[in-house]
Amino acid sequence: MNGDAGLRPEVVQIESDSGRVERAAYEHPLVIRWCHWILGVSILVLIFSGWQIFWAFPSFGPKIPQHDFIHLPQALMLGGWLAGGLQWHFTFIWIFMITGAAYLAYQLASGRYRMLLFTPADLPGVWPMVRHYFLFGPKPPIAQPYNALQKLAYTMAIGLGILAVLTGMALYNPVQFSLLAALMGGFHWARVWHFAVMAAFVMFIAGHVLMVALHGWKNFVSMLTGWKRGYDSADPQIE
Amino acid sequence: MDKRIDRAGFRRMSRRELLKMTPLLALGAFALPAWRGALLAAGDRFNGWAESLWYRTNHQVPTFPDSALVPLSRFPYNYFDVLDPEIDLDRWCLKVGGLVRNPGEYTLAQIQALPRVRQNTRHVCVEGWDVIGNFGGARIADFLRLIGADPAARFIYVECADNYYESIDMACAMQPNSLLCYEMYGRPLLPGHGAPLRLLLPTKIGYKSAKYLTSLEVTNVLRRRGYWEDQGYPWYYSL
Repeated sequence: MNGDAGLRPEVVQIESDSGRVERAAYEHPLVIRWCHWILGVSILVLIFSGWQIFWAFPSFGPKIPQHDFIHLPQALMLGGWLAGGLQWHFTFIWIFMITGAAYLAYQLASGRYRMLLFTPADLPGVWPMVRHYFLFGPKPPIAQPYNALQKLAYTMAIGLGILAVLTGMALYNPVQFSLLAALMGGFHWARVWHFAVMAAFVMFIAGHVLMVALHGWKNFVSMLTGWKRGYDSADPQIE
Repeated sequence: MDKRIDRAGFRRMSRRELLKMTPLLALGAFALPAWRGALLAAGDRFNGWAESLWYRTNHQVPTFPDSALVPLSRFPYNYFDVLDPEIDLDRWCLKVGGLVRNPGEYTLAQIQALPRVRQNTRHVCVEGWDVIGNFGGARIADFLRLIGADPAARFIYVECADNYYESIDMACAMQPNSLLCYEMYGRPLLPGHGAPLRLLLPTKIGYKSAKYLTSLEVTNVLRRRGYWEDQGYPWYYSL
């Protein structure tokens, strides 16, 4: 792990009766696990209630004449009607922001962000991973807990979270945050960006869930208990 | 060297870590129909309170050049009951009461005698559309001085000819762009836009700009908060 001992997870050897030894690593500290699931629930609530809110005027053009952009089935909407959608959205945005702030503070204070943060040095590693994941290419040798593609995806997800809040602020309070709204090209564009960030988040979640589904139960369990069985120090990958 | 542990020990350790996740089940309270309404209402109140912390009465709202105006013929209007409550404009007056030194009935001429403000501002509907229009009227702040309103009072409550009702906080009432609006595009208000007098609040969401005003009360206690608010829409909702 680049000689960074502080980032090496705690590892135990599990002895079975037959004498076979299996390793397990404590991949996800409690704070991260809490934040992961609270943020996960919040982002889903925000997306589904956001569709309820968008449904009140599913357009990016003028009110007169109105050209609808998309048709959304009621099953995808949370809140029942616009007021309900707003209540869900305005309640869970605070849960999302507070948890997100705690998550970022923990990542920075613990130094764990160095495992996760995508840097230009990771750039050459992206394409081989894409080839491996999506084009049946060989698995590149990986000496880090997160491979280049994971770093890119998770760093982008964090960036999307921040952008979701900023575009939402400009959309919700375009007068009080008039500078922020102007930066995004005005209220109208803030609404477009907020929608675009949502679409990107949906793609991230789809990819994330697909990878967990493909790569197995062990990774899912480790986000609940922190411990992942089958740890191999020569291949210290976290999913 | 890595710590060694037997299988039972590993299971115990994993279970302990899993139990630490159980507080997250508290989020499930939002799934209980009996609790959901109260929780979301509390979330909405918290959101409104937080929003009031960054509301600046002296913050100039964005204004726009005449070229950005939507033509009056394409200025949308929403109504909840009737489009034209058929007010007798000749006999119309605004009944003023509550915490004021000069209660009574005020004619449109008295309101129009106050300094006239004309502004190109954005009207944002909770549905998601927005429209830039030209509005003329008297500052609510000037009118409050005329009627001798208690500046320490908390709310302004208005009732309307179409049985709509609405209330705003004093900080919004004192905002220099908050108008008792009697004209649009230099002409007296049309019936659909709230003739003869409406609120025009560029720092609040659209439904707070009540039309067809018939009475205004300065008060510390709200028996009712607003037509939409009493059905679940946010009360504070600044822009």
